[in-house]
Amino acid sequence: MKLVTKLLAGAAVGLTMAGAALAQDDPTKVGFIYIGPVGDGGWTYEHDQGRLAVEEEFGDAVETVYQENVPESADAERAITQMALSGADLIFTTSFGYMDPTIAVAEKFPDVKFEHATGYKTADNVGVYSARFYEGRAVQGTIAGHLTESNIIGYIGSFPIPEVIRGINSAYIHAKKVNPDVQFKIVWAYTWFDPAKEADAAKALIDQGADVVLQHTDSTAPQAAAQEAGGVYTFGQASDMSEYAPMPRVSSIIDNWAPYYIERTRAVMEGTWESDNTWDGIGAGMVEIGEITDAVPAEVKEEALALVEAIGSGEYHPFTGPINKQDGTPWLAEGETADDGTLAGMDFYVEGIEGEIPN
Amino acid sequence: MSLIRLEKRAAPSRTLAGLTPILAVIATMIAGGIMFAFLGFQPLEAIRTIFWDPLFDPQFGPYSRPQLLVKAGPLILIATGLALGFKAGIWNIGAEGQYIMGAVVGGGVGLAFYPSESGLIFPLMVLAGALGGWAWAMIPATLKTVFGTNEILVSLMLVYVAENILASVSSGLLRNPDGQGFPGSRNLARDYPAASNPELIANTGMHWGVVAAFIAVIFAYVLMTRHKMGFAIRLAGDAPRAARFAGVSPSRLILFCLGTAGALAGLAGLFEVTGPAGQITIDFNSGYGFTAIIVAFLGRLHPIGILFAGLLMALTYIGGELAQLMLGMPAAAIQLFQGMLLFFLLAMDVFANYRVRIGTPEVTT
Repeated sequence: MKLVTKLLAGAAVGLTMAGAALAQDDPTKVGFIYIGPVGDGGWTYEHDQGRLAVEEEFGDAVETVYQENVPESADAERAITQMALSGADLIFTTSFGYMDPTIAVAEKFPDVKFEHATGYKTADNVGVYSARFYEGRAVQGTIAGHLTESNIIGYIGSFPIPEVIRGINSAYIHAKKVNPDVQFKIVWAYTWFDPAKEADAAKALIDQGADVVLQHTDSTAPQAAAQEAGGVYTFGQASDMSEYAPMPRVSSIIDNWAPYYIERTRAVMEGTWESDNTWDGIGAGMVEIGEITDAVPAEVKEEALALVEAIGSGEYHPFTGPINKQDGTPWLAEGETADDGTLAGMDFYVEGIEGEIPN
Repeated sequence: MSLIRLEKRAAPSRTLAGLTPILAVIATMIAGGIMFAFLGFQPLEAIRTIFWDPLFDPQFGPYSRPQLLVKAGPLILIATGLALGFKAGIWNIGAEGQYIMGAVVGGGVGLAFYPSESGLIFPLMVLAGALGGWAWAMIPATLKTVFGTNEILVSLMLVYVAENILASVSSGLLRNPDGQGFPGSRNLARDYPAASNPELIANTGMHWGVVAAFIAVIFAYVLMTRHKMGFAIRLAGDAPRAARFAGVSPSRLILFCLGTAGALAGLAGLFEVTGPAGQITIDFNSGYGFTAIIVAFLGRLHPIGILFAGLLMALTYIGGELAQLMLGMPAAAIQLFQGMLLFFLLAMDVFANYRVRIGTPEVTT
C-alpha cells in the first residue's frame, strides 16, 4: 500500500514537472542530436556552435541539451524520445539518417517541435532545413580548376546521396569552366566521420596524381594528409579548418546554422513556430566561404569572390544551362536553371565526370 | 622476493568465478566514479543516472525499462550463439557481418514481395534471415574445415565485406523507389505491415527478437547441460586431445558452432531491421555483433549468465545516454566506463584462477 502511494506520488511529481516545462516563465529547452562528437572540427562542431549561439542570444531564457555520437539506427529513436521526455520544447536532429526516427517520435510528442536537417519528410510539428552547399562547391571548383597543375582534382565523397552528388557536379562544372582539361577522381569513403578512412582516401587520391583534394566528409584528416604530402591544396569542409591555412587549406565552406537556430528558437518561445522547409545558401548566410588565403593568386581570388557575390545576390545560379547529363542527354537548355525538385533528388553526374555513381 | 604472490589454483574457484562479475561491476563503479569526479561530475549522481534512473526514474523509467529489452534482445541472441563456439575454442569474431547479412537477406526477401499482405511473409523473412546469417558464417567454417584457415581472421574480414554489401544494397538494389534518390530501403516497420516486427504487448519492448532471445537461452542451456553436443563442445574446449580420442569430430563441431552462431546473429539482424531499426540503411549495423562478444564473456559463456550480462550491458548503454542527456557527460566518458567493466572483469579472473599469498614462499624440502 505504502509502495503504491509512493509510486503514485512519483507519477504525480512527474506530471507536475511535465506541466511545468510548458509554463511560460520556465526556460525554453532546446535539444540537439549529433551524429559525431562535438569536437569533430567539422559538421557536428558547427551545429554545436549554433547551439552555443542560441544560448548566447537568449541567456537564461533557454536551456540547451545535446547528445553526441548518436548512430543512425534504432538508437536514434531512443535518443530523441529521451530528449523529448526530458522536457525539450524544440529538438534539432542534425543528420539525414534521423529522418524516420524523428517522424516516429514526433507522432508521440505532438507538443514538441522538431527540426530535421537535410531530410524531406515533414509533419505538423516537424520542419526540415538544409543549406545549399553546392553554391559553395561552385566557388571551390573555380579555385581548384585554376590551382591544379596536374589537372587532376581528387574528391572524397561520403555516401552517394543527392547532397553529395550535387556538390561533385557543381564543383566539376565550375572547375571545367576555368580549366577545360580538368579531370575528377572520386573516392567513396562510406562514412561521414572516420579520420583513418578519410586520410587513406586522401592519400590514395594524391598517389593518383591529384594536387587538389576536395572532401565531403567531416574530419580534418584529409587536410593533415595533404599537408604531409606537400604541394596539395584542400578546402575546409563544414567548418573553417583554419588551423590548416594558408596551406594546404586555401578556403572553406562553413555551415553557419546559428541564425537559423536562433530564429526557430525564438519562434517556439513566441508561439509562432510552424513546420517549414528551409533551404538557404550564401545569400541568407547559411553557407559561408572561409577566407581565401594568399596561396591563391590574387586574380583567382578576385574571380572567386565575384562568384560568391553573384550567387549571393541571386544573379547567378550554379546550375545554369547548357548542361548535359553524364550519358550525353540534355538536362538544362541554354540559360535554363535547375529547379529545386531535381536538385533535391539528384542522382546523376553531369557530362564529363568519369566513373559511375555506386549503387 | 615479493610479499604478495599469486599461486595457481589446481582448479579455478567456482565461487569466485561466479562472484567476479559482481565484483567487476562494483570495481567499475568505484573507478568510474573517480573518473567522473575528475571530469567534474558528481560521482554518485553519475552512477545513479547510469544504473538507477533507466529503471526507476519516474520521468524516464516507464520508457527506458522496455528499451532495456529492445537493446538487450539482439545482444543476448548473438552472444548465446557465440558462447557455444567460444566454449569449444572456436572464435567467431564476425557476428557483426552475420547480423548484417541476416538483415539484408531477410529484409530483401520481404521487400521482394512488397506490398503483399500475406501472413506468410514474416515467417518467410525470419527463415531467410537465419539462413543469411548461417550462410555467411559457413564461409569461415568451410574454409577452416577444408583448408585449415584461421576463422578469427576470415570471420572478421567478412564483416567488412558485409558492410560493403550493406552499403551497396542500401543505395542500389533495395533502395526505396519512393525515397527521392536517398539511400535506404522502404521502412519495414512503418510502411509494410506484413513485414513488420511490432511490439507484441504495448509498452513492454517485447518483440519477436526478444522472444527469440529467451528461447535461444533456454535451448542453449538444455544443449549444454543435457545434450551430447553440449558435452562435446565442453570437452573440445577443456581438453581438445581427449575430445578427439572420445570420437568428437572437430569439423562437425566447427560447422555446428559457427553455423548456429551465424543463424542466431542473422535472426537478430532480421528482427532488428523489421522492428526497432525499421530500415535497411548504410549505417544499419551499430556494433551489436562486437558488443555481443563482451556480453558472452561477461556472462561467463553461460546462457543464463549471458541473459543477465545482456541486460546489464543494455543498462549501461541506456544509462549512459541518460547521463549524456541529463548531466552533459561526453560520449567518450561513457565508452571509457564500459571499457572499464570489461577490463575489471578480465582482471578479476586472476583471483578465480590464482590464490593470493602474502609473505615469503614456504621452503619445500
